[in-house]
Amino acid sequence: MTAYIVRRLLYAIPILIGVNLLTFMLFFVVNSPDDMARMHLGQKRVTEEAIQSWKAERGYDRPLLYNAEADGLASLTDTILFQKSVKLFVFQFGSSDDGRDIGYDISQRMWPSLAIAVPVLLIGLAFNISYALFIVFFRATYVDIGSVVLLVAMMSISGLFYIIGGQFLIGKLWHLAPISGYDQGLNAWKFLILPVIVGVVAGIGSGTRWYRTLFLEEIGRDYVRTARAKGLSERVVLFRHVLRNALIPILTGVVVVLPLLFMGSLITESFFGIPGLGSYTIDAISNQDFAIVRAMVFLGAVLYILGLILTDISYTLVDPRVRLQ
Amino acid sequence: MPLIPVVLWTDALVFLLLAVTALFAVWAARHEHLRAPWRRVVRSRIGVATLVVLSAYAVVGLLDTVHFRLKLDRADESGEVRYAPEVLSLLDLALSGLRERQEKTYSAPFATHLHAKEALDQPDGTVIRDYPRLQHGGAHLADPERDRAWDIAWRSLIGLVQGLILWALLAAGLVWWLARRHGQPFDAVRNRILKGQTQIPWRTALGTLGLVLVLAFVIGELALKYHVLGTDKVGEDVLYQALKSIRTGLLIGTLTTLIMLPAAILLGIMAGYFRGWIDDLIQYLYTTLNSIPGVLLIAATILMLQVYMSNHADEFASLVERADLRLLFLCLILGVTSWTGLCRLLRGEALKLREIDYVQAAQALGVGHFTIIARHILPNVMHIVLITLVLDFSGLVLAEAVLSYVNIGVDPTMNSWGNMINSARLELARDPIVWWSLAAAFLFMFTLVLAANLFADVVRDAFDPRLRGV
Repeated sequence: MTAYIVRRLLYAIPILIGVNLLTFMLFFVVNSPDDMARMHLGQKRVTEEAIQSWKAERGYDRPLLYNAEADGLASLTDTILFQKSVKLFVFQFGSSDDGRDIGYDISQRMWPSLAIAVPVLLIGLAFNISYALFIVFFRATYVDIGSVVLLVAMMSISGLFYIIGGQFLIGKLWHLAPISGYDQGLNAWKFLILPVIVGVVAGIGSGTRWYRTLFLEEIGRDYVRTARAKGLSERVVLFRHVLRNALIPILTGVVVVLPLLFMGSLITESFFGIPGLGSYTIDAISNQDFAIVRAMVFLGAVLYILGLILTDISYTLVDPRVRLQ
Repeated sequence: MPLIPVVLWTDALVFLLLAVTALFAVWAARHEHLRAPWRRVVRSRIGVATLVVLSAYAVVGLLDTVHFRLKLDRADESGEVRYAPEVLSLLDLALSGLRERQEKTYSAPFATHLHAKEALDQPDGTVIRDYPRLQHGGAHLADPERDRAWDIAWRSLIGLVQGLILWALLAAGLVWWLARRHGQPFDAVRNRILKGQTQIPWRTALGTLGLVLVLAFVIGELALKYHVLGTDKVGEDVLYQALKSIRTGLLIGTLTTLIMLPAAILLGIMAGYFRGWIDDLIQYLYTTLNSIPGVLLIAATILMLQVYMSNHADEFASLVERADLRLLFLCLILGVTSWTGLCRLLRGEALKLREIDYVQAAQALGVGHFTIIARHILPNVMHIVLITLVLDFSGLVLAEAVLSYVNIGVDPTMNSWGNMINSARLELARDPIVWWSLAAAFLFMFTLVLAANLFADVVRDAFDPRLRGV
């Protein structure tokens, strides 16, 4: 087991190097730092000095790959590739355009992201599983058909409309919760109500439908027929046999997204004014702050790979048939 | 010539897509095993109903894909023929009334007055604050308060009758064609359709078609004199914007898959078929791409594209061309983030297929790898490709809206539902609220995505061998 995890972690290294090279290409080779400076400083009437000082301020004035002017090891380390890309591996993200430390900002901003993402995940999971079980209990009746139609319709609505509709109904018309904003510490709870409700409702369509398919797949299996044949009630069959076996794919599906919860949701956070990592990214994109975008790309890749490894481990924990070698 | 055609990059790809679809259709029609699943699709009631709705969208989208520049009336002194700089499409011509009838600012659906009060000069010299009349919406009414309801009802009735007449003609044509084909009397065929006893559910198809036609004609008739879905902040007709957005939505949904398809198929099959280091390399490639969160990869590339475009502004002949290239690039990068799923599926399938007897036999007989892939593997994974294609469509249409909201979607000057939502998102906070732009984008998007989702389910059920015979 330990050997397997170590091997998986080692396997992650080339992937992260790949991600790093890709972002390096995107941000520094496709467009030179000069292009970026010109974009930031405005196209017209930009002087060479302004560009040079902009680059020097952000450390983009180094050569890309090899610094011929420096001596020894510094000729490799005093380059953009090393300073901006390789340092990501030790989570040194550098500073953003407004001079703030990106690493510190990320560590502060992940908590509001989690405060929304975790309740949405848990409540959504509980609701979707219960609803899917309810549908499966009444399968091939009008409850089933009606529910599936409802779920497909809910799936077909853009997430933007859930947010806009939720803000309008709950926030503006009924005055049940503040429309947007955030507060320090525990006082934040009332600002979380609306985004959490919206997040759960927006996920019902695809979530419940997926679980319904899983349950229906299990319900056709032989062991379910055996359970019925020995006279167990439908309730016992559903909860003790079908649910428990269907939990394996459900659980692994959840584990893979767990690390990514840190990243937060771009749209939800920017709509509700939550100072999490999602709105951090959005702001960086609209301010064209490339340092932050680069840091978030790398962080996202790390968390994704972590999710994959956790999934493999959780498989062995819940399903004794799966053995890792 | 009164016009010169303009072929944008995306237009060319759409024509290519049409050609490929037509070739595939001809090819599939000649092979019974390919026809069978399609027959299952058109025999399902949901299948034909959604097919009619999707075709309606496709017609609007295709009309909007034929671009050209009109000849200007006045030639300059040299007598040289000049063309308007503006690139128009057939849809623009059809909707020229809607396009040109601009108001000053917001007006509600079917309104005759602006949504905001203005200072108005009275004939007697005084100035009052009131809602001014619209320049076009309901301008033909002498007394809007008294006449409007009757006028709307009357025009709807005219549209309804026109729609029904066209529908009746089409329906009669269909019955006549079916009767001739099956050698049965006209009345017998008609009765069977009415009772819903035909194999292909013509009753459902005709019902949906009737609904679409009546709706189109009623709205078309009303749109001649009113702003059916109101006007937006700068007074542009919302119905026009929503219709123009159809092309963008369809393009994102289809071109993205078209662009990524060759790479996904080739790499997926190669990884599964050859195994070994080729497999390792391809797996490494897609795991790396996959591990970058999609939105961030798109954001990074679009940001870089913006940098490039603003530094090379002179390379683009017109705004339309620039917007078009950005759309194409968005499709490309969406394709890069979404091909990995299909690639993985195909790899798994190819791994299974290469062990099957007929492939082993072909190998033993010394058939080349390329021939084996083309003749034995590829045809047997096509159903997976097709299912992924239709399943991805609705997700991509929805993704466009979200990306445009974050400003990393299509060009802000391009009509798209995402841009409509983006510019309208603060309108609900106005007092009195402005809801029609959002409602229009919602309605058009919801109909398309719902139809696509339902159609995808039917296609999946028809093509998935695991479900066959259930």
